[in-house]
Amino acid sequence: MRFSVMLEQLSGGMVKSLGIFVLTLVFSLPLGLLVSFGRMSKNKILQTIIKGYISLMRGTPLMLQLLVVYFGPYYLFGMRIGGSYRFIAIIVGFSLNYAAYFAEIYRSGIESMPVGQYEAANILGYSKTQCFFRIIFPQVVKRILPAVTNEVITLVKDTSLSFSLAYAEMFTIAKQIAAAETTFIPFVVAAVFYFVFNLVVAVGMETIEKKLNYYQ
Amino acid sequence: MKILEMNHIRKTFDDLEVIHDISLSVKEGEILSIIGPSGSGKSTLLRCATMLEKIDGGEILYMGERAAWTEPDGRRVYPKGAREKEIKSYFGLVFQNFNLFPHYSVMKNITDAPIVIQKRPKDEVYKEARELLAKMGLSDKEDAYPCQLSGGQCQRVAIARALALNPKILFFDEPTSALDPELTGEVLKVIKSLADLHITMVIVTHEMAFARDISDRIIFMDKGVVALEGKPEEVFDADHTRIKEFLGKFNRV
Repeated sequence: MRFSVMLEQLSGGMVKSLGIFVLTLVFSLPLGLLVSFGRMSKNKILQTIIKGYISLMRGTPLMLQLLVVYFGPYYLFGMRIGGSYRFIAIIVGFSLNYAAYFAEIYRSGIESMPVGQYEAANILGYSKTQCFFRIIFPQVVKRILPAVTNEVITLVKDTSLSFSLAYAEMFTIAKQIAAAETTFIPFVVAAVFYFVFNLVVAVGMETIEKKLNYYQ
Repeated sequence: MKILEMNHIRKTFDDLEVIHDISLSVKEGEILSIIGPSGSGKSTLLRCATMLEKIDGGEILYMGERAAWTEPDGRRVYPKGAREKEIKSYFGLVFQNFNLFPHYSVMKNITDAPIVIQKRPKDEVYKEARELLAKMGLSDKEDAYPCQLSGGQCQRVAIARALALNPKILFFDEPTSALDPELTGEVLKVIKSLADLHITMVIVTHEMAFARDISDRIIFMDKGVVALEGKPEEVFDADHTRIKEFLGKFNRV
C-alpha cells in the first residue's frame, strides 16, 4: 500500500476521532456541572445516587462501559443495535464517564470558593443563580483549569478505546492497516497524530490560563 | 424615623446562645458604634441584622415594617420574593476582609449590582460610581483589579460598592481589623467623611478613639448582652467594672 493511500485512510479516522473528542466535551462539560450540583445537594437521596454513579464511572474501565452502553440495549430489551447506534453509544459512554470526572473537578473548585464571596453577593442583592453564574463560576473556571486540561488530554488518547466497538476512528483504522499490510508505519502515524493533537490542546489550554491570569 | 429596630433578638449556635435578648434601634442619620471584647456577639448581631444569620427569637424591623420575626411557636419568618428584595435594598454591609469580586475591575465591582440587580441605566450608574471613587480618593483606580490594590484601597472600594446601591443604612463589620495602622487611618477618614454626609451607620469596631469621636451613641456588648449603652462620653467614662477592664483603665498590679 502506498503511503499516501494509507494517510488518506487514516485521515478519515482522524476526523472521526476529532468528532468523538468534540462531542464528548460538548456533552460532558455541562453534564458534569449538573452532576456536581447533585453531588453537593442537601438532598441525601440524590447525593447518594450521584455518589454511586461517580463511583461506578470511576471504578470500572471505560472500555467496559462502552461495551455495556452498546450491547446493553440488545441483551436487556432485545433492541436491534448497529448502524448509527454505534456512534451514539460511543458518545453516550464517553460523556457519562467524563461527566463523572468533570463533576468532581467542578466540586473541588466550587467548594474551594470562600464563603465571603457568597455573602457579599447576597448582601448586594444577587439571587442565588445570579451569584453562581456571575460571581462564583467564573472564578471556579480559573481554579479548575489545570485539572480540566489533564482530563481533556486523557480524553484525546481515550478516543482510541472506540476500537472496542469497531468504530472507524484513527486507532481502529491504524490497527486494520497494520494487520492487513504487516507494517508498523500506521502506528507511527497514529502516535504522531495523538501527540500533535495533545500539543495543540495543551497550548490552547495554556492560552486560556494566561488570559485568566489578569487577576489572582 | 427609625431605620432599624431589633427587638428581643436571640441567636443560638448549636446549644450555645451567643445573643441573649438584645434590643436596639437606629434613627435616620444616626451613627451607632458597637464595641466589646471578641466573642461578645457583636459581629453575630450585625450578621443577624443583615440576614446573613437567621434569628432564633425576636423581630427585626426596617423602616418601621417587620422584616424578620419568630412566631410564638418558635418558627422564624423571613419574607421571600419582592419583599425580600425590598428589605435587602435598605441596607449595605462592609466586611472585615472586603470580599471584593477578584475577577471584576474596581469599576465593575461597584457598578455590576446597580446595573444587574437594580436595573438602573448604565451611564447614570457609571457617573455615580466615578463620583464615589473620587470621594474615596481612588479616581485613578477604576480599571484596576482588587489584587492590584492595597488593603485600605480594597476596603474603600468595598465602601463605594455598598454606597452605589444607595442603602438607607450601612453596616460595618470591623472594617479596619485586617489593616495596618496606616491603612486603618485612610479607611477611618473615609468613614468619617460619610458621617459628615449624615449617612446612617452601624459600626462594629475595635478602634476606640474612632468610635468615641464619630458615634452619636455607643453600645458596649459583653457575653451576648448589651452591658452599657449611651452617648460616647457616658459609655467611655462610665463607672462600670467591665468596661473599665475592657478599655484597660484597670491598672491593678
